[in-house]
Amino acid sequence: MKKSNIDDPFKEARETKGFGTMNDQNDPVTMILGHKDVRKCAHNWKTFQSGGDEIGRIVVPSEVHIRDTRQIPFEVDPPQHKSYRDLVEPWFKRPLEEEYQEKLTDIISIIVDEALTKGSMEVVSEFALKLQSRALTLLLNIPFEESELWISWGTHVFRSEDTALDGDKANILYDYIDAQIDKAIANPGVDLYSKLLASEIDGKSLTKEEVKGVLILTFAGGRDTVINAITNTIAYFADNPQALQQLRDQPEHLNSAIEELLRYYSPLTQMGRVVTEDTQVCEHAIKAQSRISMCWASANRDERVFENPNEVVLDRKVNPHVAFGFGTHNCLGATHARQILRILLNTLTQKVGCMQITDAKENIEDLDEFNRKVGFDSLQVAFHKL
Amino acid sequence: MKTITFITSENDIIETQANSGSLMELAVKNKVKGIDGDCGGVCSCATCHVHVNQEFWNAVGGPSALESDMLEFDDNVSDYSRLSCQMQVSEVPDGLVLKVAK
Repeated sequence: MKKSNIDDPFKEARETKGFGTMNDQNDPVTMILGHKDVRKCAHNWKTFQSGGDEIGRIVVPSEVHIRDTRQIPFEVDPPQHKSYRDLVEPWFKRPLEEEYQEKLTDIISIIVDEALTKGSMEVVSEFALKLQSRALTLLLNIPFEESELWISWGTHVFRSEDTALDGDKANILYDYIDAQIDKAIANPGVDLYSKLLASEIDGKSLTKEEVKGVLILTFAGGRDTVINAITNTIAYFADNPQALQQLRDQPEHLNSAIEELLRYYSPLTQMGRVVTEDTQVCEHAIKAQSRISMCWASANRDERVFENPNEVVLDRKVNPHVAFGFGTHNCLGATHARQILRILLNTLTQKVGCMQITDAKENIEDLDEFNRKVGFDSLQVAFHKL
Repeated sequence: MKTITFITSENDIIETQANSGSLMELAVKNKVKGIDGDCGGVCSCATCHVHVNQEFWNAVGGPSALESDMLEFDDNVSDYSRLSCQMQVSEVPDGLVLKVAK
């Protein structure tokens, strides 16, 4: 089996009962597995809530014990959600601007050139983490040098080597964001902190806590996910050199290739909700105050929707994947993530002839009933110039 | 060359012309407000939702099963809803009028 493959561990449960169960820190989660059920639950924000009192509970694993700040707009329900989302949306669409894309192209070219010069590189820490961190300076509109500190934090903001949730590591991020907000108050600039501090909703300025909530979401939501997307993309093209050639010959397939890699690799396995009333999903009773999760990774392999779901079909034309979630809370960073992948694929086709995986340590998520590979802890790759 | 008209939710009328490509691409190129086309046209994001002017509905035709599934959970759905990324300029009638759903 190719090292870049990711199996579908949910198939049997999805086809027989439609859900799975995961015990997460004694707060069990009913994992919804089918494409249609997942979209139905994501759509029904009244029954499956994001903005409840217990901050951090919709994340799996739960962050109830390590976070007190509400992530915004992520942990807010309509109608308040819309005010926040409308406020931040234009900023998170900046990756569509030409100048942003030029800077991102420079960032990615430098890293790819470095990989080609060195000849061999550990992709997670030396390629993906660096790329993700440097690209984040564009999204926040702050100096490039700031990325050096984030790179020094390592690959996981919340996770450490031995425990899934690491409160100390989370505090490094929260304290850092507090300090940056104070700096922006003292010296307002053109960065996201300052932009948010100067913003109002219904005539009221955003509080420091609200600004912090947006920034935590931006940092945490776009770290492991982007790192996994980049690493899996490199692994895929290393294992499938003909696919790189295919994109060189047919660049018109670039967009469908990006969406297909997102579907197949689904960098975020699942996202939770708190149930507000006794209800049913796929004929399974679900109690008020319990938790469900929408398993994007499973929905994206649903054979009722995707032909040959376990194959990467780079020119897949109709591809209603839910890799960025679905509905009200779909991923705010999707525009940024898509630009990273678009420019990465472009740069690889222009500069890289082929790549080989020489060593790999898989990153397997333990989901109780399931084990899902989400990417790599480390991936050593040999890079060869075109 | 076909003429295709988009009417935004603020009632701005944008007349466009094209020979090929999808209607979503045409709308994005002409900066039609409310048509984002986030996923680039693979029927995954529903940010290109339009209502087909009733008189053109039979000529345009309804959505495919997968497109229909996407529309099922979108806001402002009507009997004349389509995702413009799934409509090709070459396959729609000249003079088509579309109302942006968002």
